[in-house]
Amino acid sequence: MSEALHVEVKGLTVTARNAAGEVFPIVSGIDFALKRGEVLALIGESGSGKTTIALTLLGHARPGATIAGGSIRVGEHDLTRLDRAALAQLRGNRIAYIAQSAASAFNPSRTIMDQVIEPALIHDLMPRAQAEAKAVELFRALALPFPDTIGARYPHQLSGGQLQRLMAAMALITDPELVILDEPTTALDVTTQIEVLRAFKAVVLERGATAIYVSHDLAVVAQMADQIVVLSQGRIREAGAAAQILHAPADDYTKTLMAAARPAIRPAPEKIALPAAPLLEIRGMTAGYGKIGKDGRPRIPVLRDINLTIERGATLGVIGESGSGKSTIARVIAGLLPPASGQVLLDGEALPPGLQGRSRDQFRRVQLVFQNADTALNPAHSVGRILARPLAFYHGLKGNAARMRVLELLDLIRLPATLIDRPIGGLSGGQKQRINLARALAADPQLILCDEVTSALDTVVGAAILELMAELRRELGITTMFISHDISTVRAICDDILVLYSGTMVETGPRTAFGVAPFHPYTDLLIGSVPEMRAGWLEESHAGAAPPPIGEISDHPDLCRFLPRCAARVDGLCNTTPPPRRPLTKGSQILCHHGDESLCPL
Amino acid sequence: MAGASTRSGMSAALTLIGKRFASSLLTLLLVSMTIFVIAQLLPGDAAQEALGQSATPEQVAALRHEMGLDRPAHVRYVSWLAGMVSGDPGQSLVANMPVSEVIAERLPNSLLLAALSALVAVPVALAIGIGSAMNRGGRIDRALNIVTLSMVAVPEFLVATIAVLIFSVKLRWLPSIAMASSDMGWGDYLRGVAMPILTLSVIVIAQMARMTRAAVIDQMDRPYVEMAVLKGVAPVRIVLRHIMPNAIAPIVNAMALSLSYLLGGAVIVETIFNYPGLASLMVNAVTSRDMPLLQACAMIFCAAYLILMLIADVTAILANPRLRAQ
Amino acid sequence: MMASAFQRAKALPVSGKVGLALVIFWLAVAVFGPMLAPYPVGAFVAYDVFDGQSAKHWLGSDYLGRDVLSRLLSGARYTVGLAAAAALLASTTGTALALTAAVGGAKVDEPLSRFMDMLISIPSKIFSLVLVAAFGSSLGLLLLIAAFTYVPGNYRIARALAVNLAQMDYVQVARARGEGRFHIAIAEILPNMIHPLLADFGLRFVFIVLLLSGLSFLGLGVQPPDADLGSLVRENISGLGEGALAILAPAVAIATLTVGVNLLIDAIGFSGKGKGR
Ligand SMILES: Nc1ncnc2c1ncn2[C@@H]1O[C@H](COP(=O)(O)OP(=O)(O)OP(=O)(O)O)[C@@H](O)[C@H]1O
Ligand code: SF4
Ligand SMILES: [Mg+2]
Repeated sequence: MSEALHVEVKGLTVTARNAAGEVFPIVSGIDFALKRGEVLALIGESGSGKTTIALTLLGHARPGATIAGGSIRVGEHDLTRLDRAALAQLRGNRIAYIAQSAASAFNPSRTIMDQVIEPALIHDLMPRAQAEAKAVELFRALALPFPDTIGARYPHQLSGGQLQRLMAAMALITDPELVILDEPTTALDVTTQIEVLRAFKAVVLERGATAIYVSHDLAVVAQMADQIVVLSQGRIREAGAAAQILHAPADDYTKTLMAAARPAIRPAPEKIALPAAPLLEIRGMTAGYGKIGKDGRPRIPVLRDINLTIERGATLGVIGESGSGKSTIARVIAGLLPPASGQVLLDGEALPPGLQGRSRDQFRRVQLVFQNADTALNPAHSVGRILARPLAFYHGLKGNAARMRVLELLDLIRLPATLIDRPIGGLSGGQKQRINLARALAADPQLILCDEVTSALDTVVGAAILELMAELRRELGITTMFISHDISTVRAICDDILVLYSGTMVETGPRTAFGVAPFHPYTDLLIGSVPEMRAGWLEESHAGAAPPPIGEISDHPDLCRFLPRCAARVDGLCNTTPPPRRPLTKGSQILCHHGDESLCPL
Repeated sequence: MAGASTRSGMSAALTLIGKRFASSLLTLLLVSMTIFVIAQLLPGDAAQEALGQSATPEQVAALRHEMGLDRPAHVRYVSWLAGMVSGDPGQSLVANMPVSEVIAERLPNSLLLAALSALVAVPVALAIGIGSAMNRGGRIDRALNIVTLSMVAVPEFLVATIAVLIFSVKLRWLPSIAMASSDMGWGDYLRGVAMPILTLSVIVIAQMARMTRAAVIDQMDRPYVEMAVLKGVAPVRIVLRHIMPNAIAPIVNAMALSLSYLLGGAVIVETIFNYPGLASLMVNAVTSRDMPLLQACAMIFCAAYLILMLIADVTAILANPRLRAQ
Repeated sequence: MMASAFQRAKALPVSGKVGLALVIFWLAVAVFGPMLAPYPVGAFVAYDVFDGQSAKHWLGSDYLGRDVLSRLLSGARYTVGLAAAAALLASTTGTALALTAAVGGAKVDEPLSRFMDMLISIPSKIFSLVLVAAFGSSLGLLLLIAAFTYVPGNYRIARALAVNLAQMDYVQVARARGEGRFHIAIAEILPNMIHPLLADFGLRFVFIVLLLSGLSFLGLGVQPPDADLGSLVRENISGLGEGALAILAPAVAIATLTVGVNLLIDAIGFSGKGKGR
């Protein structure tokens, strides 16, 4: 046994029991080893067993699963041979864990400080006062706001990115020698992810702890790892040094993963030579939730002054971070949420604001496809029933004619006809998303609103769905609004792009305009935050730099919404005057005080 | 900064509690209307009924006037409600004395029985509930599950009969008829009410324990509990320090629901053991169609239920940092 | 269909199998019981009152010397039949109202839910006592009273389910498709509530059995000459001091029925949450 190896896993097998009581392996034959201070990344799609393996390094298996074989050596201990009490001694002490979703991994009823210092207290490592002082020090190192008082808050008072960093503080309070990070940035927006990654890299890795980093995102892993282990269906597909896996993958599966992670730019299909009348037009739309007040704004305003057009046959990409109001735009167009003001025109005619008053034909022409096919398809219905409903509802198709059409649709989305009588429950995520798409197509719509249709899917499956959508678009000439939080996807498949920040359009323009600088400062941050698949990107990227100090912010309601985070803000201007909408020479329009000249140096 | 937010949070919680209190009062008012409508307006003419079919219309009219039945419904409702609030809910038709006196005699008995049963039931239920949650899926848990599952479905009179069979027929420890009077010593009193307490507790414990277990288990599946395990926190500390602060609200809610059962639901136990409580008084009121007495009893039980639920909700507000410190 | 039901029954844990057996047993007794009774229900056939178990009278005799087994077989029909009908009525009414509230928007939902919340804060035994006092207790009225008492509980659970489901994406899709409210309630929401609703139906049934036999025990339920299981306990209450079989038998009968239903619901595994009895 080599002295230099800190962690060594050999022949690890974890089993679980299915409903019928049979034991089956979730992961098996796992071997890897790492030296003190190294970072090893476990990468794979959902269900590939990443978290299961990560947890075994704490000697833990989720209820229902058992560590059935192999050895897990950390330092001088073999975790498979330790009893409960001995494991508890190691956990949160010499081995620490950073969970996937910090938002749910913190106890909602206890203060942050209580939870952060708990590992130090229960393992009797230091007195309370010293632990608190050390926690504050860590908060500061992790670039958290208000490091001295943030500990008094409760989890619900903090953002996801902050909680994720606080989770790191909790892990580091005992100076562990091994840290397990389980998808620590997956739940975050890219622009937040980069901040958290920086903090992790600065604090976790540079303290010399050995780390295991679990992720599905190769580009993130490229920033962190010395070694990469690629998993699929509970087995190791390929393992090796990070540079080798990233630049010269040997395994086919790794190659597919790499390919899917970098979406190919699809040539826009030739526009159909129709008079260039816009199919959809939105004028001066404001929308939100809650009662509409006297000033004409809803109690919880979400969208402000949205203006957009989509040409017949074109695809408009809508991009923005979580909560920016992307889905709300789709809901307004579909009639699910009447706007507070403004108009939605379809083919030149104004749609009634809500569901009431829309004709069946108007309903038919706009179809909505939701993100999560698990919840978008009624689990009580069969595939055939789901697809037949719009056929009967809009086109009066019944009996055999309807069945023929359903079969055609299944063919169109490349699914076998045998699925027709299957209940939804048994289908895979990708199959469900195809059915979800086919249901919209069954209406024979003019416009489909696709809300994050690939976000819930693994990259490889998602890439196939995008492929299918591109094909359908070529064949059927359907106009699409494509909502996504992922700028690379949007850049790959859309003709025009709209960037949304906190409910305002900050930049709009053709796809080409998003390939070249200058950008609106938020677009710049968004693009600059997308990790690149090479080591060293994190250090080089300037995205997420701290905004310069500014004076007092006036209470004008239409000030730039990006002001608090903007690295290009101008004191005396941005904090007093609402920004104008102005064109850039590259072809886009931005909402900013800066123009072509002043943005260039960014 | 944190201090300021907590202070404003505290006042937010107070507002919330105030609202909750107002809503309870409103509900109580609506309940009183419902009970009044059902008891007074729907069943037809009380005067006619009192006099029987042979009475002349004049006699009926006279009695109606005497009983105040010729006044419009809302006037009668308001005067009844005013009476309730001021502690004079009218004259008991059967006992021929003020309802307030009849009730004053019985209410303390009921409260005492409920309090003693709660004293027995709450700790036992908590222990069973938390214990079986910690042993989830194990032998003890499964056995307790079957036992409590059965107990919640068993009729009170079976529990009572079995208790009598065991403790007074076989063992001859306890009397089978409850005796409670003010001139009894505590020892005799307790012996007298042991059987009703036992019966009530058995039923309430099962209910409470199940709800407690459910509340604890609901929390056990949360990611923060797994996180605590991975921090090396010991099981007992996990339950006490991590789970309890989150489970306290549903547990108190379960307690409140079960305690409300100890008052109004004790009808059968009181009747079986001849215990002079409020619930059996209400049964007498039903048998003799003594509406003023019946309405007053019903209102007391509803008010008790609402108070208990109010306490549970206030606990929930105070236990939840989201509501306490916004 | 039959085969799959059989498969499922086989997959139940022991407690579930016991529960299922008890439920089937009592359903059979409710249907065929009176035909199997060894003696006429009202006949005085034993020489002694409160006889113990004997070859002639399997469950002994009652306070008037009637055959307890025969009375039990006929009483079960009242208990099971009334409770099943009332539970069905309560569940369908509650669920129909809940669906209306879920798809009807705040204007329908708020007043309805407020009203139901108010009714729910009248403890069920108290509520039924007031109703019995006001309306009396013929068999038909008892059925209505029991059903009415448990509508709010079912409504609360069904509404919570329906409101959650109404937020689901597939319901939003159906709304955006232009579907009417009725279609949404019946075709999109209801099918996904069936399992918890069945469990709730079982629970309501148990509550109603306990309520009705409790009322009968108090002399406020099923009136002589009709007698349900609760009435049998009441008739023989004078035997309590000696722990007579005549009082134990009907009480045990009720318990096996309700416990059986409970065990079955628990084993199937989608138990709803009720307010308790
Ligand atoms: N029913 C609602 N009531 C009140 N606020 C809501 C409601 N639905 C959404 N919001 C708020 O509106 C804002 C925009 O929500 P929306 O769902 O449109 O965001 P999104 O950009 O689609 O985000 P995501 O990427 O997370 O899907 C958010 O702040 C959200 O909290
Ligand atoms: S207006 Fe000012 S604050 Fe807003 S994006 Fe432009 S520079 Fe930044
Ligand atoms: Mg969204």
